[in-house]
Amino acid sequence: MTVREKLRQKISAGFYWHGLLCASYPVPIILFTAVCILTCCYPLLKLPLPGTGPVEFTTGVRDYMVPPQEPSGDPGERPDWYRGPPVAYIQQVLVKAAVSPWDNRLVPVDAFRSPLGRVFSLLDEIRNHVHSDSSGVRSLEALCLQVTDLLPGLRRMQALLPEHGCLLVSPGNYWQNQRELFDSDPDLLRTVQQYEPKGLHTSATLKDLLFGVHGKQTGVSLNSRNRVVTYTITMALRHYDVRFLGSLRSRLKQLHPSANCSLREEHMVHVHFKEEIGVAELIPLVTTYIILFAYIYFSTRKIDMVKSKWGLALAAVVTVLSSLLMSVGLCTLFGLTPTLNGGEIFPYLVVVIGLENVLVLTKSVVSTPVDLEVKLRIAQGLSNESWSIMKNMATELCIILIGYFTLVPAIQEFCLFAVVGLVSDFFLQMLFFTTVLSIDIRRMELADLNRRLPAEAGMPPAKPGPLRPRETPPPPRPSPHTITLQTPAFRNLRLPKRLRVVYFLARTRLAQRIIMAGTVIWIGILLYTDPAGLRTYLAAQVSEQSPLGGAGLPHLAVAPVFPGGDPTGTLNVLPQADPTPALSENLSQGGRVPPAPDPERSSAGVSSSQLRVLHCESHVLCRRYISILPVIPVTFHVTPREALETRHPQDTRHAPPLQTDPSPNALPHGAPVQTDLTLYKVAALGLAAGVLLVLLLFCLYRLLCPRNYGQNGVQHGRRRRGDLPCDDYGYSPPVSEISPLLLRGHNMDIECLASDGMLLASCCLAGQIRVWDAQTGDCLTVIPNHGLRRCSSSGGWEHRDGWDAGAVTDLETLGGAEGQDAGGAGYPVRRRAAPSRPTLFGDQPDLTALIDTSFGQQPPSQAPSASSGFDFGGLVERAYLEHEPSVSPVFSAPPPQPVQRRRSLGDQPMAPTDWDSAVWALELRGNLIAAGRSSGKLEVCLWDAVEGSLRCSNEDGVSGITALAFLNNRIVAARLNGSLDFFTVDINKPLGLLQYRGGPGRGSMPPSPCYSSDDVISCQLTRSVQCAHQKPITVLRAAAGRVVTGSQDHTVRVYRLEDSCCLFTLQGHSGGITAIYIDQTMVLASGGQDGAICLWDVLTGSRVSHVYGHRGDVTSLVCTTSCVISSGLDDLICIWDRSTGIKLYSIQQVLGCGASFGVISDSLLVTGGQGCVSFWDLNFGDLLQTVYLGASSEGQGVRQLVVLDNAAIVCDFGSELSLVYVPSVLEKLD
Amino acid sequence: MQQKYSQRLFYVTGAVPPRQGSYNAAIADQTANLAIRGLLLFLIGVFLALVLNLLQVQRNVTLFPPDGFASIFSSAWWVPPCCGTASAVIGLLYPCIDRLLGEPHKFKREWSSVMRCVAVFVGINHASAKVDFANNVQLSLTLAALSIGLWWTFDRSCSGLGLGFAIAFLATLTTQLLVYNGLFQYTSPDFLYVRSWLPCIFFAGVITMGSIGRQLAMYEYKVVQEKTHQD
Repeated sequence: MTVREKLRQKISAGFYWHGLLCASYPVPIILFTAVCILTCCYPLLKLPLPGTGPVEFTTGVRDYMVPPQEPSGDPGERPDWYRGPPVAYIQQVLVKAAVSPWDNRLVPVDAFRSPLGRVFSLLDEIRNHVHSDSSGVRSLEALCLQVTDLLPGLRRMQALLPEHGCLLVSPGNYWQNQRELFDSDPDLLRTVQQYEPKGLHTSATLKDLLFGVHGKQTGVSLNSRNRVVTYTITMALRHYDVRFLGSLRSRLKQLHPSANCSLREEHMVHVHFKEEIGVAELIPLVTTYIILFAYIYFSTRKIDMVKSKWGLALAAVVTVLSSLLMSVGLCTLFGLTPTLNGGEIFPYLVVVIGLENVLVLTKSVVSTPVDLEVKLRIAQGLSNESWSIMKNMATELCIILIGYFTLVPAIQEFCLFAVVGLVSDFFLQMLFFTTVLSIDIRRMELADLNRRLPAEAGMPPAKPGPLRPRETPPPPRPSPHTITLQTPAFRNLRLPKRLRVVYFLARTRLAQRIIMAGTVIWIGILLYTDPAGLRTYLAAQVSEQSPLGGAGLPHLAVAPVFPGGDPTGTLNVLPQADPTPALSENLSQGGRVPPAPDPERSSAGVSSSQLRVLHCESHVLCRRYISILPVIPVTFHVTPREALETRHPQDTRHAPPLQTDPSPNALPHGAPVQTDLTLYKVAALGLAAGVLLVLLLFCLYRLLCPRNYGQNGVQHGRRRRGDLPCDDYGYSPPVSEISPLLLRGHNMDIECLASDGMLLASCCLAGQIRVWDAQTGDCLTVIPNHGLRRCSSSGGWEHRDGWDAGAVTDLETLGGAEGQDAGGAGYPVRRRAAPSRPTLFGDQPDLTALIDTSFGQQPPSQAPSASSGFDFGGLVERAYLEHEPSVSPVFSAPPPQPVQRRRSLGDQPMAPTDWDSAVWALELRGNLIAAGRSSGKLEVCLWDAVEGSLRCSNEDGVSGITALAFLNNRIVAARLNGSLDFFTVDINKPLGLLQYRGGPGRGSMPPSPCYSSDDVISCQLTRSVQCAHQKPITVLRAAAGRVVTGSQDHTVRVYRLEDSCCLFTLQGHSGGITAIYIDQTMVLASGGQDGAICLWDVLTGSRVSHVYGHRGDVTSLVCTTSCVISSGLDDLICIWDRSTGIKLYSIQQVLGCGASFGVISDSLLVTGGQGCVSFWDLNFGDLLQTVYLGASSEGQGVRQLVVLDNAAIVCDFGSELSLVYVPSVLEKLD
Repeated sequence: MQQKYSQRLFYVTGAVPPRQGSYNAAIADQTANLAIRGLLLFLIGVFLALVLNLLQVQRNVTLFPPDGFASIFSSAWWVPPCCGTASAVIGLLYPCIDRLLGEPHKFKREWSSVMRCVAVFVGINHASAKVDFANNVQLSLTLAALSIGLWWTFDRSCSGLGLGFAIAFLATLTTQLLVYNGLFQYTSPDFLYVRSWLPCIFFAGVITMGSIGRQLAMYEYKVVQEKTHQD
């Protein structure tokens, strides 16, 4: 056991170092591996390509003997198949005929009519040739291959092919070998062409077959340049009779001497046809390959958690295939010639070698801790699986070695390949795949980094570093979230159905797959029908095109014309076919006809494809061979007079005046013109079709997608006036009638909003508080700023109006007026507007900086309102206050207005002492309004239908109240200095009356006590927590008996409302807290300046989840039962799954309206926009409806949005409030 | 195939309301599952029988007299359905026995492994058809070794081994009986040749079909597990 353990440790260590190495130097190692693979595969080049084409073997004619049946002693140069007599001997007579000299009276038809006519006499000559010598009298009839029946596929050609008797093929077959028919044929070309297949075909046709030379070289066409007609007469002989053939040859030569024929006559070519792969053999083969592909598919499907699944799957397949190639190459190198059919054993080899190790490796590596360095991950993953990999490999080697001892040669060879393949596979796994894996893992981590980086880089540059000592950005952590974040986003994509269909298509890559499948099928068909393809097509082709049913199907061969142009100087190749007695067993099945090719290598190249055609034709010849005898050349010279005599009366009809050829023989390649034309036609057609297709697609695209998506990236046009609202994808929801109720009355921009469902209190920058009936929109009362301001400020309003005209546009162009960078941007604008005070602004550099950073770092003045918009008014004022002593000389003039607060312009004429009146926080419960002022004074006003009277106030504090919470007759006030004050509102009820008034929809809330004006209300400070936070408190929320505060000091604290006891200090943010949500169900969520959102368990104080969602601060947070909705400075509203922390989707908001949203129910989200509000289906992200708030509201962004219990929405844009009462929403809710 | 199957399965399970009459629904589910599995196995069996028969045809060892049909259907018509039925029975029997014995079969329960198994099975057939062996003993031994190797590589369960032996024995016996009764006969090769490879092929086939059946049953098992979780 110890030995084993030691071994195991050593292996593990070895793999570890190897993994380190691979991950450290990926590129050199991959290069090295590639070189290895190529080197090992090099010997493969010497291997003959597998194929089933015919094989040739040439022997001399002189000493030809029929090879013996049994293999003789010398295996030397003789191929295996060359034994026994051939199926047939093919003898061809090559005829070259020309009309010479050419006469201008002749028409083109004359160029071939007369020469072709000579074939009949020649045929007679051959048929009647008799050789008699001592051994007897022999004629062709006795020697030739007898045709007895037809191939089934050839029946249509019955009329053309010899059906019985000798297999003798010539152009005469077109006319049934009868001269009379030929002479009376008015159009020879049509007769010849009518059997030709249409379209582009490269395979042999009947014309090739009968003429025995390639169609282009026959010279039978109207525009042939050199008027030489070439054809052959092909006969198939059963026996080789030297003397008969010799006499025939000499006879023909004697009759028609061909002067300078270059054909050599000393060689005899034997053509062997390999075994045909039939369907029966193909099916199992295909089955094994299907199984193989299924295996590969199911295996690679398991690759997971990597950057590119396809890449790794490809790498895995490459590993296995290369190892097989290497194995074959190595075996060849060492002298072993593969004898097995490679195609057959290949799937088994792959299966034996297997992809398992690769998968195990991948799995092991990706399951290592993600926060490790890539190198270490690879190394660890390797070493974890090292033992099992080695064990598996040893086992497989053993099994294969056992197979080697079966002593069956085939199995031994298989095992040999498998062993070498296994070893090379191991080699490749270790070097190639591991390295690829390391690259992939690195890419994945890089991708994660990149995803995080823009969040930081995208921060607006307007934040000066020193003034805002921002904490170090959250370290980019490759948490598993980042990997899984993307996919679920698809789940709830807020897309219209039409696009969903398109996305579905895109996601499943249906089109590509169909095209791919189509291509594969097409290639398959091509292979099948190609000249190099299978016999069926040809048989069908021939049978269709040529209704001649002769038994013999001869085929063509190619004879390129000699460049010399001498009519007799060319040579030919002839193929022939013959079915015959020798093939009795085949004939019984229907008389198949084998074709025979005979190429003369010496002068003519026979294209391999044509040979293959012959082969395909000749499966009867499987494992047999035919012998092709030397060609007998024959030359005819036809005089013009003879040509004229044989001319058919109709020939002149379609005889265009023949232009005298400048040099008939100079252009031996005259024929290709035709081909070119056809090619051009096809190309033009293809081009036209392509253009048409493109146009069609373009139209379709236009039709389906009338919008220009990409052109206005930032503006979605969604809230553009006049446009139909639409979401990012151009989807416009139906607009139904929801008329908003406008609440007008405030003269300045509204700063704080508070509501308890029945009443609505709003406070504008002027300090005026108005109370509205949330149901009807009536203004119930107006509480002026201490009652002092109403008259004194009237002059200011007018002044303000003048400012506003320009300022509004300023703000509009700035867009992000509420953003933290607006201060900087607004500054020069303001300066332009008030050029008279340049010096005043000039000496306040610190102020700009302060404003710049004020948004996040300083307490927002109206934090308690339901959706916190941020305002700098109070802050800037404070800054001015603090600044005042130093700049007091300058301030003898009316104090300048805060830079980007045009709404505070109204304060301009007031004395500086009035600033303490700014309301920073407002709360409303029952009919009590609590207002926190910047002076630190807490006022509690009682409202009743008639008057808004101040009931009590508390001026204990000195620091401004930044946030208020009013819950169960307790008021909590958070102050700028970080202290937290708890007040109790006591009511002395002389009459003992305490009515409770509760909104109908407020079941979850304790009914607010209703105070009457008779009550004496006192507000007492019960407890003050002086150092609740080290820095200003930015957020305060109270619910469920808890008070939660968030501060600049990065912490969240939870207090109990009753006894002001601090329960927890929650740490986890790396920036100041900017948003907190808590509700009755004790859900606590917090968002900070770091863009992080944390969910906490209020009972235990532990952090439940933590996600990074926004670039910059989180400005608002709401939780529903299933999700968390957050908005940030990046104007994005993100919807998160509450339990998993996965981002479901996000909504891009208009600039400056990012923080305005509210949740009406669990499924309905309201967001504010430029003069409108939009309703969204929370579950799916669908835009349901957009409601415009008023005709005049253009350009005013909705900055705050409060959802009332009766599902009305109050939003604050500019100085107006808008009450949107949504009946449809109510229906939906019910 | 697997996807189709799972789709169908989910369709079947999804179509039934989970709450109402969950007992009946479960029964219906199981029956439907069983039917689907049986059908799939049957089809696979028929297909394999046809393909493997073709391999034998090439060797001219045709086990059954050719009927004059195309070569694909060269065997007697009833042979592929018989093979299909047998494979369906075997494929359903294996998971059943596993369940009776306790835990479902866990060793290498993946589709890739099953595919490998099928490939090796076809390979064994291929070898028996294409490779020239010196004598029958050698053939028998080689095939036996391959079959046992197949079992060891992909199954390794005693139940699988036992069932494989039993069914192989029965099947061989049946075949021989049929031959004796003249229902069909072997063509060219002698009786010994056929007998030598027949049991091994049967054994390998049983193992393969068992593997497929178990894999298919995994889906049902998973679905049931999910269901219980949900409930």
